[in-house]
Amino acid sequence: MKFLRYLLIGTVFGITLAKAEVISWFRIYEMFKFQSFHMYGVIGSAIVVGIIVIQLIKRKKLKSIDGERIIIAPKQFSWSRYIIGGTIFGLGWAMTGACPGPMFILLGNGVGVILVVIASAVLGTYVYGKIRHKLPH
Amino acid sequence: MSQLLDWISQPWPWYVAGPLIAMVMFSMLFFGKSFGLSANLRTMCSILGAGKSCDFFDFNWRDQMWNLVFAAGLVLGGLISYLYLGYEPAANISETTITELKAFGIENPGENVVPTEIFNWENLLSVQGIIFMVLGGFLVGFGTRYAGGCTSGHAISGLSDLQPASLLAVVGFFIGGLVMTYFILPHLLVM
Repeated sequence: MKFLRYLLIGTVFGITLAKAEVISWFRIYEMFKFQSFHMYGVIGSAIVVGIIVIQLIKRKKLKSIDGERIIIAPKQFSWSRYIIGGTIFGLGWAMTGACPGPMFILLGNGVGVILVVIASAVLGTYVYGKIRHKLPH
Repeated sequence: MSQLLDWISQPWPWYVAGPLIAMVMFSMLFFGKSFGLSANLRTMCSILGAGKSCDFFDFNWRDQMWNLVFAAGLVLGGLISYLYLGYEPAANISETTITELKAFGIENPGENVVPTEIFNWENLLSVQGIIFMVLGGFLVGFGTRYAGGCTSGHAISGLSDLQPASLLAVVGFFIGGLVMTYFILPHLLVM
């Protein structure tokens, strides 16, 4: 059962975001209003530890479980794609209070109506796929 | 054991959650995968048959199964914290936020995990409910794919790798989030 590991890591991630109140709509609102340090602490400390981890991976040339070098694919730089796409995402994030991770956790947390948000997000991704040739990237 | 359970049943501070998130990212990298959830939305399109009409979704979704299983883990994690880890829907948000949201007619700000007067099935019949849930979800799905990642993919993975593209995406997330929270939500909340 090689998938079991992903289920386990996902479970840890889900419990973490639930127990740290990251899945709370109100925490996201509060973050965008700069009325608390909490979310900045969560994301900020994740990035600080993340930077250390990735520097270690690169400098020590760490290998994955399959014995291959861990490589993080660089994202191709562009202005329009990230600013426009990011802004659209941000509008939705502040509205739903949930990004693609917390949506799934909220479902497990008993917020059934979040299924509508997930379904709409799938539809949004589909529409992007349909019209992406016409969008600036 | 019960002491441990009591201990993890309390709300977790940011300095516990943040490093754990980084460890989740590392675990995924160690298993040869990447850390990001929005790709699942694309995979779901593919499973639903979108590949027939659009090449963007024409890939072997079975190769992405690991990420769907990861997302299933998120649902499970949410369920476990709900059932066994001292589920407490209230978030310890600031007094300022509470006062402000009360003025917008939210009855018990922070008491539930979402504002229940907005996020409920009946409200799907109202313009407000459709905007928050249907339009909101749509923007998340459209925007995240356009930007090539979400909070985990860009803000955590990308920034940890010091990628300029991810920094730009996160700037975008905040432009959108701030515009929505400061200028649009005040009107939507009182609908």
